[in-house]
Amino acid sequence: MATPEPKPEPRPLLELAGVSMSFGGLVVIDGLDLVVNEHEIVSVIGPNGAGKTTLFNLITGIYSPTAGEIRLDGESLVGMPPHKIARRGAARTFQTLRLFLNMSVIENVMASQYGQTKVGIARAMLRTPAMRREEREIRARAEEKLAFFGKRLMGYRWDQPAYSLSYANRRRLEIARAMATEPKILLLDEPAAGMNPTETHEITELIGQLRDDGGYTILLIEHDMHVVEGISDRVVALDHGVKIAEGSFDAVATDPRVVEAYLGTKAASTK
Amino acid sequence: MSDQSNTPVPDPPDAEAQTRIGVDSWVAESEDRQARKRGFFGPAARGWDASPDPVKLFLFIAVAGTIPFWMNEGDLFVYGLFTVLYATLGLGLNVVVGFAGLLDLGYVAYFGIGAYGYALVSSDHYGIHWPTLASLPAVMVFTGLIGLGLGLTSRRLVGDYFAIVTLFFLQAFLVFTNTANPVIHGIGLTGGSSGIGNLDPLEFFGYSLTSVKQQYYFFLLVLVLATAGLYFANRSRTGRAWRALREDPLAAEVMSIPVNRLKRLAIVMGAALAGLCGAIFAAIQTAVTSSNFTLNVLIFIFAVVILGGIGSIAGPILGAIVINVSFQFLQPQNDHPSIKRWLFYGAIVLFIALMKPWYRAVVVLVGTVAFGLAVHAIVSATAAASWTAGTVTDAGSGSAGKAIADWVVIPNQTLHGGFATYAYIGLVVLVCVVRSVTGWWRTVVLIPTLYMAAVVWENVLAPNPAVTAEILFGVLLIVIMTVRPQGLIGTARVEII
Repeated sequence: MATPEPKPEPRPLLELAGVSMSFGGLVVIDGLDLVVNEHEIVSVIGPNGAGKTTLFNLITGIYSPTAGEIRLDGESLVGMPPHKIARRGAARTFQTLRLFLNMSVIENVMASQYGQTKVGIARAMLRTPAMRREEREIRARAEEKLAFFGKRLMGYRWDQPAYSLSYANRRRLEIARAMATEPKILLLDEPAAGMNPTETHEITELIGQLRDDGGYTILLIEHDMHVVEGISDRVVALDHGVKIAEGSFDAVATDPRVVEAYLGTKAASTK
Repeated sequence: MSDQSNTPVPDPPDAEAQTRIGVDSWVAESEDRQARKRGFFGPAARGWDASPDPVKLFLFIAVAGTIPFWMNEGDLFVYGLFTVLYATLGLGLNVVVGFAGLLDLGYVAYFGIGAYGYALVSSDHYGIHWPTLASLPAVMVFTGLIGLGLGLTSRRLVGDYFAIVTLFFLQAFLVFTNTANPVIHGIGLTGGSSGIGNLDPLEFFGYSLTSVKQQYYFFLLVLVLATAGLYFANRSRTGRAWRALREDPLAAEVMSIPVNRLKRLAIVMGAALAGLCGAIFAAIQTAVTSSNFTLNVLIFIFAVVILGGIGSIAGPILGAIVINVSFQFLQPQNDHPSIKRWLFYGAIVLFIALMKPWYRAVVVLVGTVAFGLAVHAIVSATAAASWTAGTVTDAGSGSAGKAIADWVVIPNQTLHGGFATYAYIGLVVLVCVVRSVTGWWRTVVLIPTLYMAAVVWENVLAPNPAVTAEILFGVLLIVIMTVRPQGLIGTARVEII
């Protein structure tokens, strides 16, 4: 699956053009343009309430934009129900973890393969050979995704309920669950939130591996600048639903508008 | 901190078990180990848990299959057939409530539609007599379609609102069959309050199921097939998707699971199974009336599912056995008064025997017996003879009845009608006192309380079996649901951690 090709022509995978979203009179996203190329890691930063999670909700179809166009691999996602968008290849994790807590660890990863599997209820009740073959494939794929996280989610953990996992492992399981939908683009909403420095370092490396070994394109929301600095090909800064800066980490981090958004005008002027 | 085991620690070569202590998996399993030691029926429960699921099903079939050999037809109808009926209905409701998490209060309507559907195509009502092999699938498809129609509202109506709409649907169904009774081809479609009678029996390949035994075996076959089918369904991608959407519908939807379609599928499957039950039920009764499909039945089926354990396959079956057998057993028309009495006194003795420490149990037991004899002696010595002139209701064997009459004060009902009421109030007061005192005071107050319970039983409950049945049934449900809030074999769901 690895793609050793050294910088071919960058192919846009996810394109947002003039996307706006407002709740009543409150404009949360205002005319946003964003392109994520294949095999790229793009980080979205911005202060609280900048519209980052709303952006993810728009891409995954939880909200429908009030204006603008969202395309994945050339196909418009606007108005499509979330499960179809997931099948087209956009999978996400949640900032506030939303695992299927009372299901086992491996079941969480097996459940999210629903979209790419076919056997219906009738064949399941009769337990036909095709059904059993597909079940084996589902399980094998789930084990493969969990193996991505080393020993942490392996072995006896498979049959433990998800609520028994530690916080960091829950974040890993959410990523594994998203990976199991076989997405083209992974949307990670604050994957390092609530992790200690060692775990943060680990998850940063892991995100790099997801791109290099897994072949995923990644759009990332993160507050931890060490994570953003370590892996981002490109950084997009949002404030009040407007893109205020875009480019390499160093360029964005020193952009006066970004500093202003984070620290306020007075700090920006004294700096 | 949870992953300390990653740092390589050299294992001592001798004791494998020692090194496991403190390791993640050991910690994770420790709760199970602790739970395993506890419990009165521990060994049996462990053996049951350890046996693979097909073995459990075969054990169930083996036990259920031998029941007709030692039970008479009347009991088989009440205890066997109705238990299987409620178990199958519970399985269907479990798909809707347990798997998909939809509170469908109109479930009994599908049961009724199935029954009426069978009646219309298998009776002289319209002179239509379809073969059973055609009518049963047709009824299932029809009720499934009705379920689909109602399920379409589940897209917009979530949670309580869906419950309200489905409850309304059940009431509308009852009004339609009982009161509306539209006239089609000169005949009332549903026969009004008298319903439709003289239905054809189930008939397969020229072989009619007319005896209770045959009907029981057929229904048992349906139950086993439904159990196996739903067991496999639960372990398929659809089953996982159902459980996922019950856990978190939004996350399920984002994880490529079509939530609305799967909800409708659950409703349709539950409805079709209920319709099948209705058709078989109608054929067995050879009649249908709308009084068979009231809210009582709905509550009964919900009790079966909740008590058995929501979301588990074996739960509704166990729930149906416990609820139906105990309910029917307590009914006055299936009367077993002396057994009921021994159950009552047995429960009191068991309650005393479980007290700790043991000498407290001895004190209470001896004290209660002595207290009763003393009270009886005082009353018969000081009061008029009518105060002890009452007789034990349904005493069973003579000596036991006489012993109870010498211990419990039973006044003549006609002369001292108010006594029963005061005894009842006295018992409530005593229970309140017992609850509010501690230590030896509790032991002391417990003695008159237990005696008063016996007085109430003999004076109030035993003479009124119909009311007693309802009270005891309610007490049983409350006790079971208090002891096991997650259901008999359900697992407690964790909502937020």
